[in-house]
Amino acid sequence: MSTVLDKLRGRLGQSAPRPDGVPKVRGQFAFSSDMFAEGMLWGHMLRSPHPAAAIRSIDVSQALLIPGVRAVITSDDVPGRKTYGLDYPDQPVFAWDVVRFMGEPVAAVAADHPDTARRAAAAIVVDYAPTEPMTDPAAAVDAAPIHPLGNVLHRQWVRCGDPEAVGAVVVEGRYETAMQDQAQMGPESGLAIPGEDGGVDLYIATQWLHIDQEQMAACLALPLEKVRLHLAGVGGAFGAREDLSMQVQICMLALRTGRPVKMVYSREESFLGHVHRHPAVMWYRHHADRDGRLVKVEARIILDGGAYLSTSTAVTMNASCMAPGPYLVHNAVVEAVAVRTNNPPCGAMRGFGSVQACFAHEAQMDKLAAALGMDPVELRLRNVLKQGDSLITGQVLRGTAPVADVIRTCAAAPLPTGGPQTAAELELPGGAGRTAERTRVRRGVGFAVSVKNLMYGGGFDDYSSARCRLEDGVATITCAAVEVGQGFVTLAQQIAREVLGVADVILAPPGTADIGSAGSTSASRQTWMSGGAVQKACFAVRERLFSCTATKYGVSAETLAILDGRVVSLDGQIDIPVFEAAGGEVLEETVEFHHEPTAELDQNGQGDAFVSFAFAAHRAVVDVDLDLGLVRVVDITTSQDVGRVLNPVQLVGQLEGGIAQGVGLAVMEEIVLDHGRVRNPSFTDYVIPTALDMPPVHIAALIEEPEPGSPMGAKGAGEPPMISSVAAVVAAIRNATGLELPRAPVRPQDIALAGASRGPTLASSPNNVEVSQ
Amino acid sequence: MLVFLPVSLEEAFDAFEQCPDAHFLAGGTDFMVEVNFALRRPPAVVCLRRVEELQGWRVEGSEVVLGAGITYTELLAPRLGELLPGLAQASRTVGSPQIRNAGTVGGNLGTASPAGDSLPVLAALDAKIVVASKHGRRSLELADLIVGPKRTTLAPGEVIVEVRVPAALGSQQFLKVGTRNAMVIAVANVALVADWAGRSVRCALGSVGPVVIRAREAEEFISARIDWEGRTPPSDGDLAEFTALVRSAARPIDDHRSTADYRRHSVGVCAERALGRVFSGDNREASERTSWAS
Ligand SMILES: Cc1cc2nc3c(=O)[nH]c(=O)nc-3n(C[C@H](O)[C@H](O)[C@H](O)COP(=O)(O)OP(=O)(O)OC[C@H]3O[C@@H](n4cnc5c(N)ncnc54)[C@H](O)[C@@H]3O)c2cc1C
Repeated sequence: MSTVLDKLRGRLGQSAPRPDGVPKVRGQFAFSSDMFAEGMLWGHMLRSPHPAAAIRSIDVSQALLIPGVRAVITSDDVPGRKTYGLDYPDQPVFAWDVVRFMGEPVAAVAADHPDTARRAAAAIVVDYAPTEPMTDPAAAVDAAPIHPLGNVLHRQWVRCGDPEAVGAVVVEGRYETAMQDQAQMGPESGLAIPGEDGGVDLYIATQWLHIDQEQMAACLALPLEKVRLHLAGVGGAFGAREDLSMQVQICMLALRTGRPVKMVYSREESFLGHVHRHPAVMWYRHHADRDGRLVKVEARIILDGGAYLSTSTAVTMNASCMAPGPYLVHNAVVEAVAVRTNNPPCGAMRGFGSVQACFAHEAQMDKLAAALGMDPVELRLRNVLKQGDSLITGQVLRGTAPVADVIRTCAAAPLPTGGPQTAAELELPGGAGRTAERTRVRRGVGFAVSVKNLMYGGGFDDYSSARCRLEDGVATITCAAVEVGQGFVTLAQQIAREVLGVADVILAPPGTADIGSAGSTSASRQTWMSGGAVQKACFAVRERLFSCTATKYGVSAETLAILDGRVVSLDGQIDIPVFEAAGGEVLEETVEFHHEPTAELDQNGQGDAFVSFAFAAHRAVVDVDLDLGLVRVVDITTSQDVGRVLNPVQLVGQLEGGIAQGVGLAVMEEIVLDHGRVRNPSFTDYVIPTALDMPPVHIAALIEEPEPGSPMGAKGAGEPPMISSVAAVVAAIRNATGLELPRAPVRPQDIALAGASRGPTLASSPNNVEVSQ
Repeated sequence: MLVFLPVSLEEAFDAFEQCPDAHFLAGGTDFMVEVNFALRRPPAVVCLRRVEELQGWRVEGSEVVLGAGITYTELLAPRLGELLPGLAQASRTVGSPQIRNAGTVGGNLGTASPAGDSLPVLAALDAKIVVASKHGRRSLELADLIVGPKRTTLAPGEVIVEVRVPAALGSQQFLKVGTRNAMVIAVANVALVADWAGRSVRCALGSVGPVVIRAREAEEFISARIDWEGRTPPSDGDLAEFTALVRSAARPIDDHRSTADYRRHSVGVCAERALGRVFSGDNREASERTSWAS
């Protein structure tokens, strides 16, 4: 019977159903925006309409006169530190003297009704003196600082080998990627409830409860234990919830009014109120010998960090260290700089620095292949990293590195049959608009490969905590790992079933009060880190279970095993259900799981900064309307290095979802800025792929080479699908059109008007991008 | 807030008289977006969905009379789709199935967006729009109803009642350019009607000016050059001239959705393709293609 149950409910390696799956598709799952508390007030934020302005004064008196308004707060009311930040607190809870981006919070209101709160916010009189916004990242490097900490957020050099090395063949290019939004479906929302002890309970959709708690406690001037966070239903994240959004402000309102306060961002506010993917300008020069072996890679990467630091340091580190891609390069000179501007702050988003670099290094590999007259796949195979090779950071790849396998399997997969001549009308470029003329549609194929570092590194002691409690044959797992949709809740149950042989696994609600940090749900890390912590806790409980049984039956614990929900001894003498083996005792263990230590990078970007790497290859097939520049992505085929498949359905979900975001950045997704103003903060104008834009995804191979050091052998799989898919789609469009297309997303006019108004030439000299040293 | 649910035009007029600052609500697919963005705060609402006179459609002589409350989904149904193939094609490009189920032609006219997808078709068909209030009825051309971006000549309390268009007129084409393959606001859209009996081509351009633009010079030029008897496709030279004239009729702007240059370029491509399809027999298919809806 338990065998059936196990099969049905899933152990490791099976497609266990999500515990939150049915409620989510039925609309019964409570997202953070669905929360309610008796007597609650509604919070609303007043945001700067200017990208740059001095604040002369703020007058809240009119707002306070509106009936139903319970509190209006500004920077003056922040009880503790007036700034916060993931790396360094440079971002104001509320702007005081100056505003540095459009949408920066200036004040907040709590009122009986959301509409009253909105009206009250509008009644606050802020006297701004707008100033010229600094919005050009290249110019910002040397421009007058727009923040006391200066405009260079982080500069990372990576130098290895001989900087003077030259190759027989040299190709160069200048590439750009735009600002992408995470476009998570659930807007930011939370509910703060004041506690009787002067503390506060915050129910919030976030990515890392404990880091929020730390930052909030400092701003609220409360001891950590009085700031209690509880995870509310998260409607997607993709990096958008790594930074604080409303956390401090709604807690201040709750503490001020003594009443629960709820806040839900509108979509427009969500666009203004969270960080985005750094836009990048990248100059690259590749040197190779006549056989196509890379001799040297030079790169300069400028990342627009926007107004505040956020995670720019780590993004810069990734972009610089991953600059050459998954290839063996002995000589490299790479400089990546993140700069402060009056554009919206940029920070974490799926792919985190690698997406930008990959777009450039893969375009370079294609250029190099063309210059050498070599097949682009063959050129890549000649240069792939292998286990034992060194990265440009000097780090030796000790883990698995099946780069050649992902390339070979992906390239060998059959191409889709048919073509624009036979495609259904709706599936031609332009889709429902019926614009396509079949004779003017051309098909192209593009290929790209990526590398992504997994988990936090650079000397950071990355860990996760978990508790396992076994009582009456039911396991309860407590872990603060945030479920953002990736399926950690499923995995935690699978692990407990696998290790403990029990069918019923309860997941305690994640919070800060009951358990230590699980780290962030980002950097493709939770399967390894929190999965590792849960597994370790379950192992610890199993040890005790065996020792209970061993004592009771006078056998050695080493002879015991768990099989189908029963504790059995190898000699067959003992065969009892798990719940009986515990002998009525409650077994509970709490553990921490740390990954292998990493090191900080030195001056030259050298050091063992990373834990592990995952590789992926994507092949895109596109149809392009040559006259209108409209694109239909026909097919994406991928192979990915995953270590081990723990849940096939969830893994495919990660691949498809990541590819959807990759297709989005390749052909449509872009936050349009005009002098620091966001022009398209809505899903009307910030378009993301629909079902007609998303191609079928074919998985050529999932390479399963268990990763040493990974608790279950698996590598994080969330980010790689979005990295090389962008580069592959744009490569396919280049293949179809013969155009250089150095920028993602590719806009219709980039193709349609390429002949008419070709801008400045794009493959240009390094002097195009001025970066002071 | 007062909400009126009239079932006849008379009742709707009465409601408005009672509450002169009331707003008319049809499918709500524009209206509610404005409410959500706090751009519209209706003190009272007169709902039009139950108003008998605005529902359905009928054929009167050579005309199809569409109630203003007709939805895009209804326009996509086979029978109506055959009578008004251009409008069916345009309807298919509107939003998502949910939007097409709720959104109406009356609402598209009421909103008067330069990008409204039914509007170029109505312009190319020389539609007559009948509006009415307590004080009487009048019939207008599109250009006299919509006079600027989101600006109409509707008097307070005036309701769009019906739209009159010729039934199964000649060959009709509608093409829409957007930044994704479905559910997108037009960057440019083009409706073209080749009236074989009347020996004229009519071509209307959307999203490339403050209101829908009839490319009159292009129409006159190509109408004079077409071999109406033989129905042979225009020469490459004529096609090029037609395309150039269409482009020069456009008055596009740069905005966050696209650039003026691209819009001008793309209306030309679309008009040229539309004209080509009229002669390639692709148009016959167009009416059949209305089965997309289901
Ligand atoms: C997700 C989404 C996608 C969309 N996609 C498209 C698209 O692709 N193409 C497109 O053209 N539009 C699109 N729209 C806009 C909208 O759906 C259309 O303009 C639709 O035709 C509006 O019709 P409605 O019945 O919903 O009008 P409502 O929203 O009810 O009303 C719109 C305006 O017209 C007035 N009005 C309505 N009926 C009458 C009447 N009979 N007499 C007088 N005034 C009246 C109202 O007072 C209001 O000012 C989209 C909207 C959404 C939300």
